[in-house]
Amino acid sequence: MIGVMSYLVFFATTASILAIAVLGLNLQWGNTGLFNGGVVAFFGAGAYGTLILGGTSQEGHLGGFGVIYPLALLGGMAAAGLMAWIVGLLTLRLRHDYLAIATFGVAVAFENLMRNAEWLAGGAKGVRGFERPLRAALGDGFLYNILFFLVVLAILIATYLFLERLVASPFGRLLRAIREDEEAAQSLGKSPAKVRLTAFVTGSVILGLAGGLYGTFYAFVSPQDVLPTLTFQIWAMLIVGGAGNNRGAIFGAFLIWGAWTASGWALSRFAPIEAQLYTGSVQFVLIGSVIVGMLMWRPEGLLPERLVVSQRGSTPSNKQGE
Amino acid sequence: MIQNLIDGVLTGSYISLGAIGLTLVMHILRFANFSHAELLSLGAYVALVCDALVAALVPVFAVKLAPLSLTWALVLAILMSMVITGLSALLIDRLVFKRVREKGLELSMIFASFGMALIIRNVIGLFFGLSPQLYSRDIAFAMVLSRDPLLLVKPDQIFVLVAALLLMLMLHLLLSRTTFGYSLRAVAENPSLAQVNGVNLHRTIMAVWLIGGALAAVAGVFYGLSHQLIPVMGRDLLLPIFAATIVGGIGSVYGAVLGGFIVGIAGNMALVVLPSGYTPSVPFLLIIVVLMIRPHGLFGEARA
Repeated sequence: MIGVMSYLVFFATTASILAIAVLGLNLQWGNTGLFNGGVVAFFGAGAYGTLILGGTSQEGHLGGFGVIYPLALLGGMAAAGLMAWIVGLLTLRLRHDYLAIATFGVAVAFENLMRNAEWLAGGAKGVRGFERPLRAALGDGFLYNILFFLVVLAILIATYLFLERLVASPFGRLLRAIREDEEAAQSLGKSPAKVRLTAFVTGSVILGLAGGLYGTFYAFVSPQDVLPTLTFQIWAMLIVGGAGNNRGAIFGAFLIWGAWTASGWALSRFAPIEAQLYTGSVQFVLIGSVIVGMLMWRPEGLLPERLVVSQRGSTPSNKQGE
Repeated sequence: MIQNLIDGVLTGSYISLGAIGLTLVMHILRFANFSHAELLSLGAYVALVCDALVAALVPVFAVKLAPLSLTWALVLAILMSMVITGLSALLIDRLVFKRVREKGLELSMIFASFGMALIIRNVIGLFFGLSPQLYSRDIAFAMVLSRDPLLLVKPDQIFVLVAALLLMLMLHLLLSRTTFGYSLRAVAENPSLAQVNGVNLHRTIMAVWLIGGALAAVAGVFYGLSHQLIPVMGRDLLLPIFAATIVGGIGSVYGAVLGGFIVGIAGNMALVVLPSGYTPSVPFLLIIVVLMIRPHGLFGEARA
């Protein structure tokens, strides 16, 4: 029983961390219409940043700053935000293809740099020497994991509430206005490039937060953790859950992570030994099909964005869809 | 150094071919097609199958065209692959992109293309296995161009370069000398105005996919001839091809050609100063540099 429980806690922790990432992407894509093709780079910047800042001194690579944990996590988020700011500054004034390609490029370059630069982050061996916060007091057991889960859950809820308020605020309206009609927003004196940059950086900081928590959870990060796979998974979560809807984003994260874990388990359990090598390929075909299938048959996702009229007239009306 | 330059030009020839199709699609359909590089893989693998088929049916064609490692069978296979890959690109558009487009989800096209890329890449892996394959098992000996400095070129590489340049010339004539070329440019400029003037939008889009697919097939085979065929080759070629379109300016065919050569040369020249492990990052650096100094590329123009 305790085995099942501890697995469930493990699953829920990972899913909650991914849900935070999906919320960050939702701000970019769902609310602002910015395509981030390199989710994993910002996630990875958070993880690497946190671990390098908060880790103990290691020979051969950067680190050992021993910064107290909350600051290390903030540092990771700042690293993700800085990267987003640079990419955004270069591309957000141009047509949308540029952001897509540049972010995709960031992800390729980030993984490539982390894999090769041993002096920076241990290269292929990854960043070692990170102690999970409060480990001395709580140990490594079930208690630690359940407390860690509760902290992640609290951060997830806080992120959700923050984004809900942000989206409902005048800034949120501005984001949607720019997404729907950039020129109209511009004619009202708004600066689309600046607003988009703010949204892109904020979303990336949230992605960095998720990455930092992920790194903390495993107390280790290596180039294997920043493969494009994660980008696809996080997208699938958002598209299935419903872009533009924060609850949908969280729901999608749990659903897709559950499906991914279950399909991996089923393939390793029931597929013949000689086919085991191909389980990855099968899972990728599945996730690609989920993305394409959703776009063709239910592009609004399982929980669609609720478009509300911000200033209600005499008859309150909730417009659903278009 | 000069060797790197030569290798760069040869690499550039297949990157250019891939980038031409991509830049056309991005120009006409206005989305970054992340599945374009998978058409290169598809073309390369289709040619592998056709090559084996032709060689089995007509053994005479399996003889090598010395000094190339190329056979008549492979030449035929390339032509067959161009047609099949072009038709596949059309089919994918019909099945997926067209539907997403007609739902008015232009921005979601990128997602659809990423999903398609995952599907194509991994279906190829499931079909052909994950290990590398070659068109010819024989070792192709390099020709020595000069001994000091030592310069080596494989005959196949010369063939690749010449064939690529010929294809580009043909495309240039098609675009600049025919009515089709004009209608293509008209659609890119203003789709509705072009339609008012009697340009068939659907047919133009179909032609773009056919041309893009056919050129991608050639690029894929040329990559396979220079290196090897692996199911993930599309993933590795995607960023260089995108970089070529950005360097040249999205929408410009000539820009894509030039951009392809620049990306190829930069990638190989980088070996002089950087360890080879960093090569995959070079296209990204190039993208950043271009965005900083000339955001719309060499031949591109601003367009919303």
